[in-house]
Amino acid sequence: MSENTITFEIDGVEVQGAPGQTIMQAADAAGIYIPRLCAFEGLPPHGSCRICTVKVNGRFQSSCTQPVAEGIIVENDTEEILEFRRNLVDMLFVEGNHFCMFCEKSGNCELQALAYRLGITAPKYPFMFPANRTVDASHKDIFIDHNRCILCARCIRASRDLDGKNVFQFVGRGPEKHIAVNARARLVDTEVDVTDKAVEVCPVGAILRKHVGYAIPVGKRKYDHAPIGSDIEAQKH
Amino acid sequence: MAKPKIATTSLAGCFGCHMSILDIDERILELVDIVDFDKSPINDIKEFTGECLVGLVEGGCANEENVRVLQDFRKHCKILISLGDCAINGGLPAMRNTIPLKECLDEAYLNGPSVYNPSGRIPNDSEIPLLLNKVYPCHEVVKIDYHLPGCPPSADTIWQALTALLTDKPMELPYELIKYD
Repeated sequence: MSENTITFEIDGVEVQGAPGQTIMQAADAAGIYIPRLCAFEGLPPHGSCRICTVKVNGRFQSSCTQPVAEGIIVENDTEEILEFRRNLVDMLFVEGNHFCMFCEKSGNCELQALAYRLGITAPKYPFMFPANRTVDASHKDIFIDHNRCILCARCIRASRDLDGKNVFQFVGRGPEKHIAVNARARLVDTEVDVTDKAVEVCPVGAILRKHVGYAIPVGKRKYDHAPIGSDIEAQKH
Repeated sequence: MAKPKIATTSLAGCFGCHMSILDIDERILELVDIVDFDKSPINDIKEFTGECLVGLVEGGCANEENVRVLQDFRKHCKILISLGDCAINGGLPAMRNTIPLKECLDEAYLNGPSVYNPSGRIPNDSEIPLLLNKVYPCHEVVKIDYHLPGCPPSADTIWQALTALLTDKPMELPYELIKYD
C-alpha cells in the first residue's frame, strides 16, 4: 500500500481512497453507492441537495464535498440516514408539482428512482402545489418546466464548466428561488443548444428535449427494473 | 367464519385503478374464495352493509361528496388503502390546484374556445356536489394506512398488497411494484 492511499471505513467495510478524493468518489470506486441528486460525475460538487449526507465519525457531512481522511468511520446505509434521505426526497416531491404519470422523464428520472429505491409509497408531508412555476417552451428544441425543477444546479454548472456558455443561473431566495436563463427572459434568447451537456444532466423532467416524447416503452426504461445506483454497486469486487 | 369483506370506490379518479383490480385476471377467482365484496362499483352495492377489513380508495377529493364517501370508508374499513397516484397526490385532477377555482370554472363554462353557453351560467344545482378549493390527496383528509402508487398500480401490486393483508402478513412491495406511472 503506497503512502498515497487513505484507508477508512464505510458501514464497517474497509475502503481505500486517494488524497483529494471525496468520500463519494472513493465509495463509487469501491462499488458502494451513496445516493445523490445534485452531484454528477464531471461537475464540481455543489453540496446542496444533502441526499448524499453520511455520518463521518458521528457527524453529518455531505459526502460529495467531504474529503476522505485516514481512519474516518463513515455511516451510509443505516436506518437513521435512510430515514433522513426519505424525508429529503419527500420534501422535494411536495415542494414542486411532480406529476410522474405524464412526465416524459418518468422511468428515467433520478428523483423518482431515488424514491423507488428508498421504498417511498407516498410523501409524508402536505403537498404545496406551488402556483408560481412557469414553463418556458420558447426554444425550438428544448423546454424548461420549473414545476419539476429541484434546484440541483447541475444545468448551471454544466453550462458554465462544460458548455462554456453560462446559460443558467439561480435567482431569488427561499421559496422564490428558481433557475433563470442568462439575464434574459427566455430560453430562445440564449445560446443554449439541444446538444448541450446542460440539457443532458438534468436529473428530473425540468429541462427536456422536444420531439422526443415517451421514446422508451415502459419496462425498458433506465430504472424500471434496476434501482438507481446498481451500476455503481455492480463494480464491487 | 364469515369471509372478510372488501370495499372499493372511485372518488376523483378515472376508474383506471379499478380496471387494474380486474386486471388480476383469473386470480379474481381466488379472491372471491377468500373475500366478499361490500360497497363497490364492481357489484354496484351503494351503501356499506357492515364492517370491512380492507377499503380501496381510488382518486383524491375534488368535491364535498368525495370527502363524505372517504369519511364513510374510514368509518367502515379497518384498513384503508390509497389506490393509485390520484388518491396519493391528487393526480391529474390536482393540475387545477395551481389555478384559482373561479378561473377554472370560467374557462370550462364561459371562456373556453369550444364553450357554447348562451345563458352564461356556471352550473350550481344543489344536486351537484360543491367543488373544493383544490384537489386533496386522501391522506390529507382522513388517516390512510397504506399507499399503493401507480397510474394505475399494476395488478401485481394490488394482488401482492391484498394477499398480504388478507393472510395477516406484512405488506412488503418489492422494487418493481413501486411505480409512480
